[in-house]
Amino acid sequence: MSDPTVTDGPTGTGEPGDRWGASVSAVVPEAGIPPTEPPPPEEGTAGATFVQRGDRIFRFLATGSGAFVVALIGAIGLFLLIQAIPPLLQNNANFLTSRQFEAGDPNNLHFGILDLLLVTVEVSLFALILAMPIGLGIALFLTQYAPAKVARPFGYMVDLLAAVPSIIFGLWGLFVLAPAIQPFALWLQDSLGWFFLFSPGNVQIAGATVFTAGIVLAVMILPIITAISREVFQRTPRAHIEAALALGATKWEVVRMTVWPFGRAGYVSASMLGLGRALGETIALMIILAATPAIFTGSLFDGGATFASKIALSFAELNNNLSAGAFIAAGLVLFVLTFLVNAAARWVIARSGAKA
Amino acid sequence: MKLQRHGLVVALAAAGAILLAACGSDPNAGGSGAGGTSSANSPAVDCNGKASLTAEGSSAQKNAMDVFAQAYQAKCSSSKIAYNPTGSGAGVKQFTAGLVDFGGSDSALSSTETGPAATRCQSNPAWNLPLVFGPVAIAYKVAGADALTLNGEVAAKIFNGHIKTWNDPAIAALNNGVSLPATPINVVFRSDDSGTTDNFQKYLQASSNGAWTQDAGKKFVGGVGSGAQGSAGVAQAIAATEGSIGYVELSFAQDNKLGMAKIDSGSGAVELTDANVGKAIAGVTVTGQGNDLTLDLTKTYAQPPAGSYPLFLATYEIVCSKGYDAATATAVKSFLTVAATDGQANLAAAGYAPLPAEFQQKLLTAIQAIA
Repeated sequence: MSDPTVTDGPTGTGEPGDRWGASVSAVVPEAGIPPTEPPPPEEGTAGATFVQRGDRIFRFLATGSGAFVVALIGAIGLFLLIQAIPPLLQNNANFLTSRQFEAGDPNNLHFGILDLLLVTVEVSLFALILAMPIGLGIALFLTQYAPAKVARPFGYMVDLLAAVPSIIFGLWGLFVLAPAIQPFALWLQDSLGWFFLFSPGNVQIAGATVFTAGIVLAVMILPIITAISREVFQRTPRAHIEAALALGATKWEVVRMTVWPFGRAGYVSASMLGLGRALGETIALMIILAATPAIFTGSLFDGGATFASKIALSFAELNNNLSAGAFIAAGLVLFVLTFLVNAAARWVIARSGAKA
Repeated sequence: MKLQRHGLVVALAAAGAILLAACGSDPNAGGSGAGGTSSANSPAVDCNGKASLTAEGSSAQKNAMDVFAQAYQAKCSSSKIAYNPTGSGAGVKQFTAGLVDFGGSDSALSSTETGPAATRCQSNPAWNLPLVFGPVAIAYKVAGADALTLNGEVAAKIFNGHIKTWNDPAIAALNNGVSLPATPINVVFRSDDSGTTDNFQKYLQASSNGAWTQDAGKKFVGGVGSGAQGSAGVAQAIAATEGSIGYVELSFAQDNKLGMAKIDSGSGAVELTDANVGKAIAGVTVTGQGNDLTLDLTKTYAQPPAGSYPLFLATYEIVCSKGYDAATATAVKSFLTVAATDGQANLAAAGYAPLPAEFQQKLLTAIQAIA
């Protein structure tokens, strides 16, 4: 990475924090996701025509790939919309505010997404709140504290977490984790039950709750947050770190003054990617979360279903386009929600770049 | 980046190894299967049909299909069948579209489905053949209650929340001498859409003297309790939750060592056994014409023969009466014949009820008539 700010960073004198804050900010906008700056094309002197043809082909392929993704997303959105409109027109309940999702009978559709939305958002945010600090800790440990000998195998292990199929996480969550954390869950309900997040839930199956599901989800999104944050933190200019050390900064001060300001935006976008994963997670939640006819109260000890798990629970036996369309309408909301989350992440990154 | 790629390679290698291992051991897993009892008058099986049959549909009969597939291979070593458990709706759809040789469905073709199905069969009617019967247990876990008897009405009231505690007088009246606690009843239902739920709710509808005011359908509509995913999930949830009750296919209740309620349909408490379910199946009214064996289970649910266990689900194979090409017709006939004869032997172990003799003959007659 050829970065002009690297050279002027360490020349600061009196106030390291301010000085670096300014210099680092120039780097931040491109640090959202590990920078992928293409190397400048090599201009060969011999065989110029060949290079040019290859250049054109490559450009065509690259542009084609880019256009393909845009077209694909557009087509998915369009498909969801087309499938969702007929059932929405025949819906006898308010799509956005109804809490029951009854789409089995095509002649009497009653479906609303409010509870699905609330459960999806609560379980994902809970997972994110658990995973963000731990992911940050792991990434900082791997890049700043761990000796290289430890860091590499440790990194592999965190990455391997992403290779475990989500059905395994689901089964582990329900059969192993849920009974293990049940005493803690009961203690929370007993001592903090006055607060709506910890009030006794609406399902009787022990552990089949948003609480368990959120913890499992947190483990599932941990590798995403860790891997991307690690990549970003690793790119902290060596000169910044050495300058901080030269000024007598402790390890913690180095992290606080150089690594963190440099990598913050990347960390936020890593977390948002994790959130996107959490929002769309299906199988693990389908296994863990107990269904309930009661409405969602906002408690972590409620059951319920997320958009994705609801669709998965019903899809096997769907046999008409209207019922299927109702679930696709729910899928469309998830699509929009994920889009909004990503947009918010972009905004956070852009703002943190512009502010300093 | 490099780190991640290494991780991926390791993971892929590991996954590949696991897959290979699974493939290697699979064919032997079923063991000695299918040596079965082919009754003396079972028809001959012609193995010269199409080598690989495809079928798709109800997931409730998936395990039975596995048993049948083994029996079929034992009989016709060069033939095989692939059954894709994508759900009844998909089964009918794929059959009607001509993409699979026969469909599996929890319900017979509806009046709107018969037309397109006949078109698929070159303008010959499609038949509904009820080949797989699965007993459904009302499974429970209550400390101190080693036996529990229910009837349709009390079961309906439990599953729609009118009876809320185990020591309710209505339950006590059916269970003399059983000490039931004053704890709340936790109803556990299937959270995914399923034919088991559909049949269970139909049973409650028919047998409860109006106590079940809700509809039937693949989604549980009792309005109480907690849902778990799949039969395995329901059984596990019941096992893990004191004071719970739910409905689940026989094999899952057995595997989890759950108590299974006896059903008193008016002539005394009847235990869930293959024989008792067989009595109920033998008494089922056939409403289909000729070789179309569409069943009307409501009568059996409402007034089962004395001493029979009435809570079971029937799933159909949907086949063309005529209109297959010769090779396919032969293969479909062979497979169904094997399923209805040799395939019955290991069915009980998979949690299904074997066909009673009289009904088996009816089915075989229909199968032989496929052309």
